[in-house]
Amino acid sequence: MFENADIRVGWRASFDLIGAVLVYLAGPLLFPLAVAVYYGESLLPFLVAIGVTFALGGGFRYLGDPEENLGPREAFLAIALIWLLVATVGAIPFVVAGTGTIAHPINALFESMSGLTTTGATVLLDFSIHSRSIMMWRQLIQWLGGLGILILATAVLSELGVGGAQLMESETQTRDLNKLTPRISQTARLLWGLYVGITALAVGVLYALGVSGLAPNMDLYNAVAHAFTSVATAGFSPEPLSVGAFEPIVQWAVVPFMVVGSTSFVLIYFAINGDPMRLFRNEEFRFYLGTLAFFSVVVAATLFTDPEIDYGTEATIRHAVFNVASIVTTTGYATADFNLWSPAAKQMLFLCMFLGGMVGSTTCSIKSLRWLVALKSLKRGLFTSIHPEAVRPVRISGNPVDEETIRDIYAYLLLSIIIFFLLTIFVVVDAARVGADVSEFDAMSAAAATFLNIGPAFGDAGPYGSYDGFSMATKSVMIVLMWIGRIEIIPVLVLFTKAFWTS
Amino acid sequence: MHVVIVGAGEVGTTIAENLASEHDVVIVDIDERRADQMKYDLDVLTLAGDGTDSETLRSARIEETDMFIACTDDDRTNLVACGTAKTFGDAFTIARTKRIQYLRTWERTQQAFGVNFLVCTDLLSAENIVRVIGLPSAVDVDPFAGGLIQMAEFEIDEESPIAGQTVAEADRFESLTFAGLFRGGEMILARGDTVIEVDDRAVVIGSPESVQLFAADVAPEATPDRADEIVIVGGSEIGYHTARLLEERKLSPRIIENDHERARWLAEQLPNTLVMEHDATDTEFLAREHVDEADIVVASLESDEKNLLVSVLAKRMGVDRVVAVVESGDYVALFEEIGIDVAINPRGVTAEEILRYSYDTVAENLAVLENDQAEVLELELSDSSELVGRSIQELVDEIDAQFVIGAITRNRTLVTPRGDTELQPGDHVVVFVETSFASKLAAMG
Repeated sequence: MFENADIRVGWRASFDLIGAVLVYLAGPLLFPLAVAVYYGESLLPFLVAIGVTFALGGGFRYLGDPEENLGPREAFLAIALIWLLVATVGAIPFVVAGTGTIAHPINALFESMSGLTTTGATVLLDFSIHSRSIMMWRQLIQWLGGLGILILATAVLSELGVGGAQLMESETQTRDLNKLTPRISQTARLLWGLYVGITALAVGVLYALGVSGLAPNMDLYNAVAHAFTSVATAGFSPEPLSVGAFEPIVQWAVVPFMVVGSTSFVLIYFAINGDPMRLFRNEEFRFYLGTLAFFSVVVAATLFTDPEIDYGTEATIRHAVFNVASIVTTTGYATADFNLWSPAAKQMLFLCMFLGGMVGSTTCSIKSLRWLVALKSLKRGLFTSIHPEAVRPVRISGNPVDEETIRDIYAYLLLSIIIFFLLTIFVVVDAARVGADVSEFDAMSAAAATFLNIGPAFGDAGPYGSYDGFSMATKSVMIVLMWIGRIEIIPVLVLFTKAFWTS
Repeated sequence: MHVVIVGAGEVGTTIAENLASEHDVVIVDIDERRADQMKYDLDVLTLAGDGTDSETLRSARIEETDMFIACTDDDRTNLVACGTAKTFGDAFTIARTKRIQYLRTWERTQQAFGVNFLVCTDLLSAENIVRVIGLPSAVDVDPFAGGLIQMAEFEIDEESPIAGQTVAEADRFESLTFAGLFRGGEMILARGDTVIEVDDRAVVIGSPESVQLFAADVAPEATPDRADEIVIVGGSEIGYHTARLLEERKLSPRIIENDHERARWLAEQLPNTLVMEHDATDTEFLAREHVDEADIVVASLESDEKNLLVSVLAKRMGVDRVVAVVESGDYVALFEEIGIDVAINPRGVTAEEILRYSYDTVAENLAVLENDQAEVLELELSDSSELVGRSIQELVDEIDAQFVIGAITRNRTLVTPRGDTELQPGDHVVVFVETSFASKLAAMG
């Protein structure tokens, strides 16, 4: 189709950007390589991946053209392909290492896509058979996915106005849609420093807990591994018991990092640059903290009243707060097997999957800003049904939200719910086809956990379980939906419209 | 004084009428017939020509002009005329504008566009409306520092809850200063333990909001509060500013506006105002929204005819107070004759404001109280001012004069004066001062 003279997408600009990202991907791959050298493990998986990413990146750069203008369409094309191709390169070490379930290409791609999209759903069965460098690559790819989405969410999607993302508080409001590049690099540089800084702080805190003897099994390897995936709100852990493998104090220490990772980085930037009260002036932040607190209390109350569960007071509160925070921030860690909790508690956690953190963070799912706008606009609807002539703009932090944005947000919510239901139906039907034992609730939770990039679901795919039990067909569809869900649906879906290419 | 007036409309004519007897007035108007007409009506020199044209202005002897007033109906003409006049000499220039944006720009340096004093018609009209409906109990109200500060004088009657209270008890608002009391025609400087008596007159200076709250204390019956229903019919600029100023005073009015785009704009600008998009002359709608139970209705539609209709309608439905904007000065009497409580004429208000400035040669804003016993002055402190760099307590101790610093604005935000507040260059200070010391104090600014 590229021969067609009517193509209105400057794909050469997209290809140039894609090529650059793939070439740069070789840099992060050096990290697990170094880990492999340190532990005396096989270097081959990473050397192959580095070779492939150089070749692929070089190819794209050869086809691409840096002189061409990167506009909204080109950005959509680049975003969608970058996430797809980086996940593909990320799967190579798993396949080359050839150990366990992820030796299979589909499983490897599932693990890699789940990592890059900061989902945290795993197909691993036995954690112990994998080398330390492979497990660290799994953590690092999540951290990269978090960084990628941060830059995407603050610099790109807010400019393109995807699903109300333009409402995000940003340091400047530019409306020059035809020149994205200077702004992306400028914002990226700023966020990159902040993201690295917060991650380093997380490593420091976790490692200090280990060194001080408060959490003896928290060594440097684990400190780095968990810092990577908590700030990225991603959820992979080299431990089969996730954060539950560590002392309670570690579990408490991880909660604030998941919350920070799901807070708008632009707000954090302002807060640490001399305006901390700006956080509380931001209505979305207040709403977000409110939902976290509300669901923590409700789940804690459910656990306290459940006769089957007897953790003790501190542990009950800790498990409620940690697992609610883990799901709402879309991290996907666990400190307890919430599969065993009462249906009421499970239903609450299931609901939490749809919330998500703040716009402009590493969080996934629908996000609190969209819910806030939707709720406010529903409330407005009730008022105008009594006073039909009243003109009432919906306001967020005092600023009016224009009606078109509200419609975008409704459309985004509806689209998310529809895709979620379609995926649920697919999982149920496909499970019936292969004769697997998947209940409807398990299917719903697995659909939500992958499409909304949460990670653990209920049933076999629970926090201490694995997605390996799903058929290859289901896993393939989940790979696609993790990809679509992560980059806010629209950039992928527009690629399948005729108007995108020709008009 | 040689005065040049550009624009022989209602505003220009009113000003000319008032100044012609004592001053040497030249009127410039682009319309030859209107200029001619003026020659016969008033004893002034008229010139037909463009007020922004330097040749025309030269014929009006612009070089010797002391005061230049540009008051045509066109904002830009007025601003350009003032700028042009400034190139010829040092006349004191006054411009009239409708759009508030020009006022906001001008306020930044107070000399932008070559204008020395700028009157914003729509804002001024809205301020008048808000004063009429918000502070009906006040004997005198004056805005200072571009509306950030308000001075108000109240008469304390028998019903007033603050009669019998001490000043310290009555002055319970953060950004309000109790400046002075007049008793039996004599000024007394208020101390914290002075008891307020019936028939006293109290002068307060502070933010518009705090003055509004104080008014509610002084005269709870007459002063509207949050529970009172204020309906503004017509979201014109005047209607918008009225709502905005009411919001500043913590009141929540309603606006009825028929135009979709305008209604949306108003709703975005006015978070505490309920905007309704509908035809305000639809009685069924007014009844459904209980406009008949409103305490105050302001008619601020674009045409006098519609305002008349709405006002009569509101009166017949039983609204207590109806205030109408009347564009044509001739109709003011008619409106009041048929029972409309107050008719506000934007051009009349503008002419009045300009005249207030032309009587005094000084450009400083001031209000004269109680047969000139005391004055309220606004001083902009220069770098070399004797008041700069000292705390208010020091100034009160050192300066041998009866005065109270009522309010300060710094970079267009209100600073509540305290004993240890130090004055800085560029501050706008509003002082209540006994008249005999006024010029002394003004000289120190």
